[in-house]
Amino acid sequence: MTDYEIVIGLEVHLQLKTKSKVFCGCSTAFGAPPNTHVCPVCLGFPGSLPVLNRDALKLGAKTAIALNCRVEEEIKFDRKNYFYPDLPKAYQISQFSQPLSRHGYLQILFDGKEKRIGITRVHLEEDTGKLFHTQDASLIDFNRSGTPLLEIVSEPDMSSPEEAYLYLTALKSILEYIDVSDCNMEEGSLRCDANVSVRKKGVKELGVKTEIKNMNSFKAVKAALEYEAERQIETIGSGGKITQETRLFDSARGVTEPMRSKEESHDYRYFPEPDLTPFDFAKNILEDVKNEMPELPGPKRKRFMSNYGLSDYDAAVLVSDKAMADYFEKCASLYRNSKIIANWIMGDISAYMKEHGLTIDRLNLKSEYLTGMLDMIDKGVISGKIAKSLLIDSIQTGKDPILLVKEKGLEQITDAGQIDQAVDQVIKENQKIVGDFISGKQNAVMALVGKVMTKTKGKANPRKVIEMLKKRLKGEA
Amino acid sequence: MELNKLTAHELRGLLDKGDISSIDISNSILGAVEKKDKALNAIVHFDREKVIERSKASKGLPIFIKDNICVKDEMTTCCSKILNGFKPPYDATVIKKLLKEDFILMGKTNMDEFAFGSSTESSCYGPTKNPWDMERIPGGSSGGSAACVAADEAIFALGSDTGGSIRQPAALCGVVGLKPTYGRVSRYGLIAFASSLDQIGTLTKDVEDAALLLKVISGHDSMDSTSAPVSVPDHSLKIKDDIKGLKIGIPQEYFGQGLDSDVKNCVLKAIEKIGQLGAKCEKVNLPHTEYAVAVYYIIATAEASSNLARFDGVQYGLRAKDAKAIIDMYKKTRAQGFGDEAKRRIILGTFALSSGYYDAYYLRALKVRTLIKKDFDDAFRKFDAIVTPTSPTPAFKIGERTQDPLTMYLSDIFTISANLAGIPGVSVPCGFTKENLPVGLQILGRPFDEETILKIAYNYEQATEWHKKRPDL
Repeated sequence: MTDYEIVIGLEVHLQLKTKSKVFCGCSTAFGAPPNTHVCPVCLGFPGSLPVLNRDALKLGAKTAIALNCRVEEEIKFDRKNYFYPDLPKAYQISQFSQPLSRHGYLQILFDGKEKRIGITRVHLEEDTGKLFHTQDASLIDFNRSGTPLLEIVSEPDMSSPEEAYLYLTALKSILEYIDVSDCNMEEGSLRCDANVSVRKKGVKELGVKTEIKNMNSFKAVKAALEYEAERQIETIGSGGKITQETRLFDSARGVTEPMRSKEESHDYRYFPEPDLTPFDFAKNILEDVKNEMPELPGPKRKRFMSNYGLSDYDAAVLVSDKAMADYFEKCASLYRNSKIIANWIMGDISAYMKEHGLTIDRLNLKSEYLTGMLDMIDKGVISGKIAKSLLIDSIQTGKDPILLVKEKGLEQITDAGQIDQAVDQVIKENQKIVGDFISGKQNAVMALVGKVMTKTKGKANPRKVIEMLKKRLKGEA
Repeated sequence: MELNKLTAHELRGLLDKGDISSIDISNSILGAVEKKDKALNAIVHFDREKVIERSKASKGLPIFIKDNICVKDEMTTCCSKILNGFKPPYDATVIKKLLKEDFILMGKTNMDEFAFGSSTESSCYGPTKNPWDMERIPGGSSGGSAACVAADEAIFALGSDTGGSIRQPAALCGVVGLKPTYGRVSRYGLIAFASSLDQIGTLTKDVEDAALLLKVISGHDSMDSTSAPVSVPDHSLKIKDDIKGLKIGIPQEYFGQGLDSDVKNCVLKAIEKIGQLGAKCEKVNLPHTEYAVAVYYIIATAEASSNLARFDGVQYGLRAKDAKAIIDMYKKTRAQGFGDEAKRRIILGTFALSSGYYDAYYLRALKVRTLIKKDFDDAFRKFDAIVTPTSPTPAFKIGERTQDPLTMYLSDIFTISANLAGIPGVSVPCGFTKENLPVGLQILGRPFDEETILKIAYNYEQATEWHKKRPDL
């Protein structure tokens, strides 16, 4: 396996978040009853003509700029001709000879190192309808027909399934930042096909590639690529040859298989779309788009590191989700120790969200609740341990932690008399551990601290407990 | 008074004075259609009751529409079996404009299947006859529109012109045919043949009617990205001005081999007449003319092959009944639905766009197209208009060229260049051959300068009697 090198390129299809379709005024809303968002244009009726939705073009340009691409000023479209029942005109209006933009790149962070993945091209096209097969009929829903799609094609710059996964994550993060798409793989607003080949290390020519389709999550992409790369290496290793073909990923079995229908090699007969004359993408529109660009994850990560003193890793995790980054910054304006905020967000809060399938903007935790709780820890009102359960309580009830502490009497016991009593008892009950400590096992003291904490239901101030325990144990010695 | 024999501007006058009403005109038209069209076969979709109903509710003029222009809930078939029974769910922009001006939609006219032809013989409803000689073709593809106007079955009609489909049948039927500048009239709702060449235009009994109808149908349309955002002048105001001092180019390439001698004589006499009216006629060269037919048959068929791909039996029109699976359904539907000429052009166009051939054919054709356009740009720097014969021959016999597509394609040799260059052109009657067949004079102009060509056409028409001649049916 290590004798081989994997070469991966990805094609991402992205539904753009416009109100209306790319060549007509029909709504793009998801989930409407079949064939209710249709008109002669998106049904491809004879005599109908396309008119470009400039909003789709703007979102496309925004994406291109975010991916460091050069945006063309002259916009052209081509027809891609092929027969399929979900394609009502029997051609798709797309961009072939001159895409919206080319020559960009995307930065990923792999093993703590930055790597540039080239973007070959970004172009605008229209989506097709959707087929449904019942036992005795095939049905077509044209609601999706004409939805603006952006195709983002990467260079074959990824050399492992992990890198492909990171590319998709980074891409999704950027797309969410610039708010051009819902990026929902289950609803189909983001789709991904992968091209993969392998070659012996040191060989310059690319190996024969296969195209993998039918992956419905980033994890599935990774799993499919892992399977496919291994299959190719094994095939070549045992003297076989790779056939250039399209393969479908079966997520249930974790394998890729050749498409069952005989995939004829298509000649799409591209030619310039005569119904849309080329036009100049006016410079002022492009300037507007540039001015509307928000801070992107890359620059934000660097700013988080310098402004808040975060580590590269912490900053990368926080900026990967725009809502999370925004939440962090709000907290940081209320509480001075940014590192502690980052730890809570990335630790307990993320764990909770993961467990409950939530995103931070859906989480019921006001930023001032989190920072208020952190203040209480600092002032010794509550212990860090109490804070962990208090956090969950606050999320679940939506109540201010300060209020909860008062209601439930969770303030730390700092009263020496109360702690002393507990320490006394613990020493009496745990003579063996005490013996260990006396015979030189310094760590044994921590076991005793734990016992005291249990006895005080976690409310004792741990620092005080350690202090008192040490004093008492020295006395014992 | 036989109202069906009058022009639109004459009828408008009578309507405005209150001498007649719209139903009177319609009745007169209905009478003519019922009397003559069985033999002529110019009208393919026609509903007497509907026409009467509409006429009663209207104060406007009746008009026939070529069968490739969509009319909501009315048969629109491009005279092809594959669109059998198709009723569009919407009106073409030109139809909306006509209805807004209270025009009465009379019915649909015959045409070559999908406008593929110069004789109206490839219609699935059978050929239209030439009213001047029932054994001859009326020209095409707007042969039905031209013939019904010539036979006084109509006041005027809309046609479409991709390579001469309005001007050539107008010439062969002895009526006025105007193809406006590409982009002047919205194509929304015109079932596409070749999108970069198609343009809706008019077939009328005289030039004044052409100007009148053009004003109604033209203008920028937000539904058609290729329609031009230019204002619409009222040409009828200016066309009556004289043509003294106008410079007119006579392209030498249009008077060579293949031009019928009677046609040539008529056209040369017409040029003389125009000269007598005060215009200066001089020779001009359009050096790339000889490539026009070849370029046209690559670009037009390439676009057609893509435009006609949607007729696949999935959503509307014909669907083959005995198909086993989807590919089989496509193949059988298209095999049964398209006629020979449509199949020929789809195959030609598909070939021209195929990988490996694209550069040699389609791309090369696009380059030569720009050269042809440049010829006209150069000529129009010196000349205000260009005058040529419309068709190299008068109407030929039915069946004469159907087995010889290349000869058929040459019928459009003088009209094709205007479509490739996107410029306006009008054909006006300019005489008759020895066999009493009409001859047409073509006047070409600068983009969006319909006014000048209509002015020349009007002045010439008024100085002659040709437009008043009607066939004896």
